[in-house]
Amino acid sequence: MSSDESSGYREAPLPDEAEEQETGLVSLDGKDQAHPSVLGLEERFGDAVLRHEVVAGDEHVVFVSPERAFEIIEWLKTDPDHFYNYLSDLTAVDYGSGRPIQVVYQLYSIPMRRAIRLKVELPLSELEIDSVVPLWEAANWLEREVWDMFGVRFRNHPDLRRILMPEGYEEGHPLRKDFPLRGRFSRAEQTRRALAQTPEDYYIPADYGPGRDFQVVGWQEVGGEPVPLEEDSPGSANQGSAEEDADRG
Amino acid sequence: MSKKTVELEVSRTPEMGMDFRPAHGVLPPVDLTEPVLRSEKMLINVGPQHPATHGVLRLVLELDGETVVRCLPHIGYLHSSFEKLGEYRTWNQVIPLTDRMDYLAPFIYNCAYAMAVEKMMGVEVTERCKVTRVVMMELDRIFSHLLWLGTWAIDVGAFTPFLYAFQQREKVYTLHEAYTGARITTSATRIGGMMADLPEGWLEGVREFVNQFPQTLDEIESLLSHNAIHIGRTQGVGVINGEDAINCGFSGPNLRASGVPYDVRKDRPYYDYETYEFEVPIGEHGDCYDRYMVRIEEMRQSCRILHQALDRLPDGPMNVDDPRVILPSKTDLMNDMESMIHHFKLVMEGVKAPPGESHFSIEGSKGELGMYVVSDGGSKPVRWRVRPPSFINLSVIPKLVEGGLFADVIMVNASLDIVLGEIDR
Repeated sequence: MSSDESSGYREAPLPDEAEEQETGLVSLDGKDQAHPSVLGLEERFGDAVLRHEVVAGDEHVVFVSPERAFEIIEWLKTDPDHFYNYLSDLTAVDYGSGRPIQVVYQLYSIPMRRAIRLKVELPLSELEIDSVVPLWEAANWLEREVWDMFGVRFRNHPDLRRILMPEGYEEGHPLRKDFPLRGRFSRAEQTRRALAQTPEDYYIPADYGPGRDFQVVGWQEVGGEPVPLEEDSPGSANQGSAEEDADRG
Repeated sequence: MSKKTVELEVSRTPEMGMDFRPAHGVLPPVDLTEPVLRSEKMLINVGPQHPATHGVLRLVLELDGETVVRCLPHIGYLHSSFEKLGEYRTWNQVIPLTDRMDYLAPFIYNCAYAMAVEKMMGVEVTERCKVTRVVMMELDRIFSHLLWLGTWAIDVGAFTPFLYAFQQREKVYTLHEAYTGARITTSATRIGGMMADLPEGWLEGVREFVNQFPQTLDEIESLLSHNAIHIGRTQGVGVINGEDAINCGFSGPNLRASGVPYDVRKDRPYYDYETYEFEVPIGEHGDCYDRYMVRIEEMRQSCRILHQALDRLPDGPMNVDDPRVILPSKTDLMNDMESMIHHFKLVMEGVKAPPGESHFSIEGSKGELGMYVVSDGGSKPVRWRVRPPSFINLSVIPKLVEGGLFADVIMVNASLDIVLGEIDR
């Protein structure tokens, strides 16, 4: 986020003023269409709502501050007047040349039939934001993809691993603009690394997230007496799945 | 040994008391109130190459007996970095990448991408183009559902419906080929129109297909819908309620099977879908059987839409009359210097989109298919993002299979109707 953008919130910009803003985005007609959720956001979150744009005719984009993004999204999801219960998409955009990476939330309200797009700008030095998995389970894989492709860290994500690239991929985050199309390593080096991988390393899901530790409960003979290999409380299998549910919820 | 078996055995021997030891004396005392289960869990690796994974998908399953305790999907085996490749191609050159994502419904992807770019650029396509695209999208919805139906039947253990479905699919393949020259990788759309006008006799071919298809669908359905094995394998399997389905990001037939009437064609109509008469089938239980029924019914509704679209297809130009996006006619090109320059610029530099962005969703065959395009004014996208319906639908699979039987994993996976090309992109 550049300094002039973060300098503060401007009172709901008049159509003329808003057009003068250096947004880098074209605004077609529909600038003056009032979007109830945008008005609600500006009223309630004031400073945290940085700016509002209308793109492609009727799509409303609201830029919010990274610190309060989670709070704002939670409000949009739960408030009965807005009720954006469907996370349509979660992705990121890198404009390159050191500009901040935008994390994009495309929200949709099925009962209200209304869509809104939230954007959070994260400077390259501070690519971290709260995860929205506590709000939508759908965000789980989407955030993993953004982490994999852009290197944005999501705090409190239950299982932030690479998803499309291999687990031990060391060349960086492919969809960043500074990532060359053919990768950072030479073809020979890429082949060497691929051959050196042992897929079995990732076969047993040892530490994939909290409450998800895999344990084999077996028996061993100690002095002719069978004792369990590991002492755990009765019904621990159920306990494990309960924790998993808690993670998801 | 499952928990239930242990409880039964224990309850059958009440006279043994709290601290009984079995005759062979190898098992430790069992607490009768809360039986301790000591069983070794097993890891089963389904895939990446497996006949029932519908692509290159790997599921690591942790099994307790036959019960799935945990399911860990691993994807990315088909990762081709389409979104990155798109950033190095002009707006029109991206179109061949779109049909390689979902090769089961290529027209839908071609259309969705073109629509998103047109919306961003403010290009309004002609009426003929709109209706043609509706015809193609509905045709490919049937096309995609037919493949799902065939593989679904194989997964449930029936082979005949597969042959019936693929016989019908072959007819759609022929229609694809007649129009675009390609059976799967159609690349039919262009920004502002289509690659060519419809060939002669093509619409009659579509009409012929739509007329005879419902009978075959009835035949296939009569093999499955009331089949005891089919019902036993699918009813009550992989259940998810509407609220959870929304929370998990389900879309398309999967979401509607859980009773949520969310269809982009009705909720955010595009291309005059609000003027077509069709119903949105809704399921009730959110299980595999309902997902099956919803798709079967959707094919019938697609036939209804196709009939209406074929009736209203107007004459007139296919491509929009907009020199920003459409090449000049060959006659002009040969006779007019301006047109020649125009043609040269469009071919060499590509269409230039003004700075802007658009997130455009349509109802794909797998679910809500969103295309997010960002332009900075150049002839190549800054970002081209696909909201992949299969990707998000697949992410729910652990929730659907955990606690169920191992054999049900195959049915649940089949009922989600995923395509790995789009998941891995």
